[in-house]
Amino acid sequence: MARRTYVATTINGMPTEFLCEPRQSVLEVLRDELGLTGAKEGCNNGNCGACAVLLNGQVVNSCCVLGVELEGADVTTIEGIADGENLHPLQQAFLEEAALQCGICTPGFIVSAKALLDSNPHPDEHTVRFWLAGNLCRCTGYDKIVRAVLKAADASGAPVP
Amino acid sequence: MTTSERSTNYRVIGTRPVRPDGVEKVTGKAQYGADVRLPGLLHGRILRSPHAHARIVAIDTSEAEKVPGVFAVVTHRDFPAARDVVQELGESSVNAMELSDNILASKKALYRGHAVAAVAATSPHIAEEALSKIRVEYQVLPTVLDVRDAMREDAPLLNETRFTKELGGARSEKPSNIASHIRFQGGNADDAIAGADVVIEREYRTKMVHQGYIEPHNATASWNADGTVTIWTSTQGAFSVRGQVAEILRHPISSIRVIPMEIGGGFGGKLPIYLDPVAALLSKKSGRPVKVLMSRTDVFEGSGPTSGTWIKIKLGVKDGKIAGVKAELAYEAGAYPGSPVGAGSMTMLAPYAIDNFQVDGYDVCLNKPKVAAYRAPGSPAAAFALEQALDEAARAIGADPLQFRLDNSAREGVRMVTGAPLAKVGHEECVQAILDSPHYKSPIEGPYRGRGVASGYWFNGGMQSSVTAAVNPDGTVNLIEGSTDIGGSRASLSMQLAETLGIRYEDVHATVVDTDSVGHNDVTGGSRTTFASGLAVYEAGMDIRRQMRERAAREWNVPADQVEYEDGRITWSDGAGNSRETSFAEQARTAPQKGGPIVGKASLSARGVGGAYGTHLVDVEVDPDTGKVTILRYTAAQDVGTAIHPSYVEGQIQGAVAQGVGWALNEEYYFDDNGRMLNASFLDYRMPTTLDLPMIDTILVEVPNPGHPYGVRGVGEVPIVPPLAAVANAIADATGKRFTELPISPRRLVEELHGLA
Ligand code: FES
Ligand code: FES
Repeated sequence: MARRTYVATTINGMPTEFLCEPRQSVLEVLRDELGLTGAKEGCNNGNCGACAVLLNGQVVNSCCVLGVELEGADVTTIEGIADGENLHPLQQAFLEEAALQCGICTPGFIVSAKALLDSNPHPDEHTVRFWLAGNLCRCTGYDKIVRAVLKAADASGAPVP
Repeated sequence: MTTSERSTNYRVIGTRPVRPDGVEKVTGKAQYGADVRLPGLLHGRILRSPHAHARIVAIDTSEAEKVPGVFAVVTHRDFPAARDVVQELGESSVNAMELSDNILASKKALYRGHAVAAVAATSPHIAEEALSKIRVEYQVLPTVLDVRDAMREDAPLLNETRFTKELGGARSEKPSNIASHIRFQGGNADDAIAGADVVIEREYRTKMVHQGYIEPHNATASWNADGTVTIWTSTQGAFSVRGQVAEILRHPISSIRVIPMEIGGGFGGKLPIYLDPVAALLSKKSGRPVKVLMSRTDVFEGSGPTSGTWIKIKLGVKDGKIAGVKAELAYEAGAYPGSPVGAGSMTMLAPYAIDNFQVDGYDVCLNKPKVAAYRAPGSPAAAFALEQALDEAARAIGADPLQFRLDNSAREGVRMVTGAPLAKVGHEECVQAILDSPHYKSPIEGPYRGRGVASGYWFNGGMQSSVTAAVNPDGTVNLIEGSTDIGGSRASLSMQLAETLGIRYEDVHATVVDTDSVGHNDVTGGSRTTFASGLAVYEAGMDIRRQMRERAAREWNVPADQVEYEDGRITWSDGAGNSRETSFAEQARTAPQKGGPIVGKASLSARGVGGAYGTHLVDVEVDPDTGKVTILRYTAAQDVGTAIHPSYVEGQIQGAVAQGVGWALNEEYYFDDNGRMLNASFLDYRMPTTLDLPMIDTILVEVPNPGHPYGVRGVGEVPIVPPLAAVANAIADATGKRFTELPISPRRLVEELHGLA
């Protein structure tokens, strides 16, 4: 077994330390070492977006980033999207718009969509579709997901340019 | 989206509340199968055959066992001898010997990806390392990968002792890959076609495709010290897993407990088992709980997709009516018998009233994964063929394609090919809804743009359900059920209970429990849960109402049959000015003092299943240079019986349309000559993304099912039946060329449009 490396990072605002093997991905570290199972594995090679997390504010597929790369980084996972008991407008919109069926893709969609709304609070439908094209959902046909993201954007109260 | 006027006024049904499991899912807290964490947990991985057809001469696991961190290795030898018995899985069935052989191959590997051994180790990486140290000696055999080739007499045989089950139970003289031949016949198809004005004769092909659920298969098992086995898994049916595992391990059913985790999609693919008995045996050998996960490539290569098909149709039309149809359907079963050719044969003609028909079906084994159910299994390919032939026929006689379908539509009393008469059904209403839709009334103009329509049918399922509803003193109710919730059934069942009891949706708390905690429930498959478990929920609600009426009657000293229950109010009146009143809430609060807990129960085998129809309309634009097809607009009308939670009904339709569009345009198992799937990743298999689809409009046509107190029909499967043909018909309209083979990929389009084929 390879030597494990010490990594100090911040996850969902909490200073976090862990040991990981050089070959372990961020997804493995989150799920197997840290017990954060909200990020899901759909493909383990960057094709589905179910494992999406924010790394220093950017969306990444956590299955394609190595755990050791988290040294000094700031990570947000689906577990850190809500503000305590208060759901993020995206989470609320996904519930109200019935934007999930099985729900396995939902964490990835919400994390990706948050990154979109953080940088572009009022995207149009095409922009939403373009941004989310790296997230696969096999249940919904995307209709209600796209509607939910548009609704959350409307609800966010951000000024319309 | 439009919802037709409802004749009945419901309080809860038809509203759109947030689902009970929603918050857990949007916050990442919901626990799916792969999320199980247990003390001492080991990780299991499976070794798969690199050959599509090979005799397994020897397996040497000794080097793998020596890898530090490895706790157990298993092969087929570790399984008890399986019995030659058939188990029902809901939408498919399986022979226990073949199931056991598919889970871990014994003598032969029958497809690439066939499991041959498994390892449990302290980490997934160590397990994978150990797999590479297992030495398997294979004697490679010739493969057969095409359904027509596999039917030939000189084809390589997957099983030298398999004979064709012929019509009337006869057996073929020689061994064959054709496991069975079925036929449905009525009137005289040959004569009717001979006398027709227009005859369309075509061959169609569809490729093997995968359900494509985002969550890979998983199973975690603990072989306990007392010999009982606990299994945590994502499945469409915990009881079905229990039954299959009991059969494979030859264990008493009662000593296996299956804990259903949240499930990340199934669409039929999570009815059969692959990993559970392997995890159980690894746990038995290692003395630790073991979690086995599939990779995405494992899912493509080692789970059950649906059949590639070859279908031939000869169809005659006389005076605007379908005079007769002859059809032959050959469906790939994969490595073991059990394709959905029976369902394909039975559903193909179901939207229409056709007196003269002959439909022959062949179930064909070949060196591909054993197929599993996929949403309305067998029906989409059959509709792809028939609905294109109908489109050609309508054009030939100059009829509007929808009017032609309306003129030939099935309705109540029309017999299906099985001879069974249809109950009240809504095909005509669906066609009419599309005819009346703003989409159909809008023009479609421009070069390389076209419009297509198609209809489809699915039986829907009934089967067994058990539920318990326990009333609490604060007026809430715990609904204990055993049906996997894939797309909102906790919500749709809670709504039916709230409606029955006249209480608020928020006061019902639904939980899907393990196999030790509720009576038997069949799988979530066949679009049966909201219907059949809904029926059980209704009965359990009526049981509560009866108990409350009886208690009130005793207290008031009046006959129970004079006590009424309506909208949560319990009343008696003698018509002469004397009356009494109590309520659900009051009875709930006082139950501890007045006779103890009130618990409603129901266990039933549901009757009154309502089959259902859909009619779809699609506009496409074809780029003649790149072969890309853009879906411009899509409208799906469906007879949904009663939409309990309309958002989830729409969602079922939209999701199925997306799958159907993928099936039509992109998706296929792409094999090399040796049976290796060359596109076994999401990137290369290429399911539709957000950018490939527009919003999908739905028209919920409500023709209540007379067999259900709230008129529920299944809704989840019908909508994948029409899209393949609707898209193909639209492409024919756009290009003037008929595509009889799926997928209508960019390459195929460019080759065809530029004469390069
Ligand atoms: S699991 Fe990381 S992209 Fe699919
Ligand atoms: S809701 Fe199931 S994959 Fe998206």
